[in-house]
Amino acid sequence: MGTDSTDGPVIEFRDVAYLLPNGQPLLSGLNLRVQRGETLVLLGRSGSGKTTTLKLINRLLTPRSGDVFVNSASTFKSDVIRLRRSIGYVIQDVGLFPHYTVERNIGLVPRIEGWPAPRIQQRVEELLQMVGLEPQLGSRYPHQLSGGQRQRVGVARALAADPAILLMDEPFGALDAITRDQLQREFLSLQQRLNKTVVFVTHDLREALRLGSRIALMEAGRLVTVLSPTEFLQSTDPLATAYVQAFGDRLDSVANRGGS
Amino acid sequence: MNLVHFFWQNRDQIMELTLEHLWLVGISTVLAVLVGIPLGVLSAHWPVWNKPVLGTANIIQTIPSLALFGFLLPVPWLGDRADRLAILALTLYALLPVIRNTYTGIRGVDPAVVEAGRGMGLTDGQLLFQVELPLAVSVILSGVRVAVVVSVGLATIAAAIGAGGLGEFIFRGLAMVNNQLILAGAIPAAVLALSADFGLGWLEKRLRPL
Repeated sequence: MGTDSTDGPVIEFRDVAYLLPNGQPLLSGLNLRVQRGETLVLLGRSGSGKTTTLKLINRLLTPRSGDVFVNSASTFKSDVIRLRRSIGYVIQDVGLFPHYTVERNIGLVPRIEGWPAPRIQQRVEELLQMVGLEPQLGSRYPHQLSGGQRQRVGVARALAADPAILLMDEPFGALDAITRDQLQREFLSLQQRLNKTVVFVTHDLREALRLGSRIALMEAGRLVTVLSPTEFLQSTDPLATAYVQAFGDRLDSVANRGGS
Repeated sequence: MNLVHFFWQNRDQIMELTLEHLWLVGISTVLAVLVGIPLGVLSAHWPVWNKPVLGTANIIQTIPSLALFGFLLPVPWLGDRADRLAILALTLYALLPVIRNTYTGIRGVDPAVVEAGRGMGLTDGQLLFQVELPLAVSVILSGVRVAVVVSVGLATIAAAIGAGGLGEFIFRGLAMVNNQLILAGAIPAAVLALSADFGLGWLEKRLRPL
């Protein structure tokens, strides 16, 4: 979309505020830049505004003031349908269409974008493999899958039209610890290959340290600070130290020190 | 055995009035679906419309049927032919279950599914026709089923204004104190209601999303 300046931020918030219809502020004075190929984690408690921030990027929500730019184009002035189709979106409850097979779910955006059927078929097979699912699962319905399999399908669906940006709202939050660990590991290796620009919402510090290139810490509708995982552990910011204390020690071992 | 004999003797007329009955119920149901589903969608998507739409449909439901036929009689084009009038009245009664179930069905769609669809860039139309309506279809159909069963019964009253249908037998039988005549209207009407109930119930199960 718009101009493709390789060095500029892929996503930029400029002085963004968001209010509920009843006037209650959920987000204020937000300035944030997300660079190409990084995984920016929005970390915060429930109600801190992290999901709101995410939904402002694909304009599921519209800011009250300020503006959000995607690839240097104001989302306010963009065609919202085109914008959303160029951004992958994964949510905790997955939201697979229960009346569609796995294949149809994954192929949804390509189909409404009018890809020819053989190309969709090929892409679906490629994606099933990419997220580690057996090809024969394609003909199943979502209710026939386990929670982990469902979320893999959710990720595959978001990647279908090969968007450069991926928004993930606590995608692994509802999974058991072992499945979560596995999916986090796969996310890291997938991200190394695909190099998407990812904005990832979580309240789990361990997950944030493990997956994030940078962590944006949010509290009560404000962005507190943006730090790399290593910086986060050494930070003297009271909120950051409170997080580190709450999650206990041995966090060092999980911190993402990788380039991407 | 008397009754069977009577039915056999009058089979042509019973057939004719049954078809007339079906026509009244069929047309009014189609109209109620055409009007009721859009109204149900409207009130599910824009809460402002919810109260006026459902409220009006509710009030119509409380008007006694004979009175409604009476009210509509002086309306110019409608009053010209009794069947028009009957069809309009039956349509009005059938609206409430159709609107209410469309509303309930669409509101019952998992919000995560709608959010995911919206987030992936489905337009409102795509969301409605590919996600919401298909997922709500069995709930909507169960509303249509209620509407049809109620209409089959109500349509017998249409004979009071000369719109025909199986009510003719019933009213004639009442006037002549002839139970056989009453049953000649009541039994086919009951059969119609039961088969419609069964048939639509079957369809409803078939279309239930997984």
